[in-house]
Amino acid sequence: MAAFKRSGKKEVPEVGTSSDIVFMFLFFFMVTTQMRQNEVKVHVTLPEASEVVKLERKDLASYINIGPPTKAYQQQYGTDARIQLNDSFKTTKDIRDFIAAERESMSEADRSFMQVAIKADQDVKMGTITDVKQELRRCSALKIMYFARKAQ
Amino acid sequence: MSKRKTPSLNTQSTADIAFLLLCYFLMVSTMDQNNGLQRRLPPMPDQNQKAEDQKVNRRNIIVVKINSADRLLAGNAPIDVSQLKDKIKEFLTNPADDPNLPAREDTEIEGFGTYPVSKGVISLQNDRGTSYRAYIAVQNELVKAVNELRDEFGRQHWGKPYVALTEDQQTIVKKAIPQNISEAEPKDVNSK
Repeated sequence: MAAFKRSGKKEVPEVGTSSDIVFMFLFFFMVTTQMRQNEVKVHVTLPEASEVVKLERKDLASYINIGPPTKAYQQQYGTDARIQLNDSFKTTKDIRDFIAAERESMSEADRSFMQVAIKADQDVKMGTITDVKQELRRCSALKIMYFARKAQ
Repeated sequence: MSKRKTPSLNTQSTADIAFLLLCYFLMVSTMDQNNGLQRRLPPMPDQNQKAEDQKVNRRNIIVVKINSADRLLAGNAPIDVSQLKDKIKEFLTNPADDPNLPAREDTEIEGFGTYPVSKGVISLQNDRGTSYRAYIAVQNELVKAVNELRDEFGRQHWGKPYVALTEDQQTIVKKAIPQNISEAEPKDVNSK
């Protein structure tokens, strides 16, 4: 079995390229990520739609999440659809303050371009969403976007 | 000169550093897709002002209703979501000049000339029990109908679909084929 005899020193396998690969991953994630702004406390599966457009200015959007609370919060809040603004469960009455606060945080010039993004679970009943819409109309935040997944 | 060996840097730790950064980004990232359907809500009517119904000619309006069982009613006939798009397209184009379908009014469009713009309005009504999924599906079909008409318009006049047109041309198309979708005041569709 002389053919299998190693010649010379023991060799360490070459790993030099692994750092390049990792760097590539790193850049990929750096480019595609956006920081998680707040914890999502409701479970949202977006409905599908084919005619979706991209949200143009993320900084001008305020998010309203609507859906059943996630497992960790079901004990406390039940499984009915709830509204989440920023970091906590709220009711439709709080939307007014939320919109006012969001407006306040924007620069004067951007206020008229403010957009409200409604992220609702696909099984939510329209009653909840209609209430939200009515409240938004009362606060004259009229530009809205129904978030949806892009269907193939 | 004697040949000198280039000194090698110890770069083994860069992989570790990169890994750490990678892990960090993996943790903090969300890859949300920021896609959706854009809508403009009608402003709230003034409370002092009596809510007067907009005088829209009956032929110019198509009512799309979704009930709590997610069934559809378009212009007084039950319909499937898959058929809705064609129905809306027919409604908006009125190819046969049907007196029951919306009138088209010759309108001067800046930079283009006159074009018979349809006066049709789609009124979308839903029940409180309608599921969001069905609502979005219907919204999507309505938008799709308008988008297809815009594409056709673009092809007809410039030989390109809507997205490939210049900004000015897109404004013209938007004026020629407006997206008039009204989300009516909430009411119970079933109680009647």
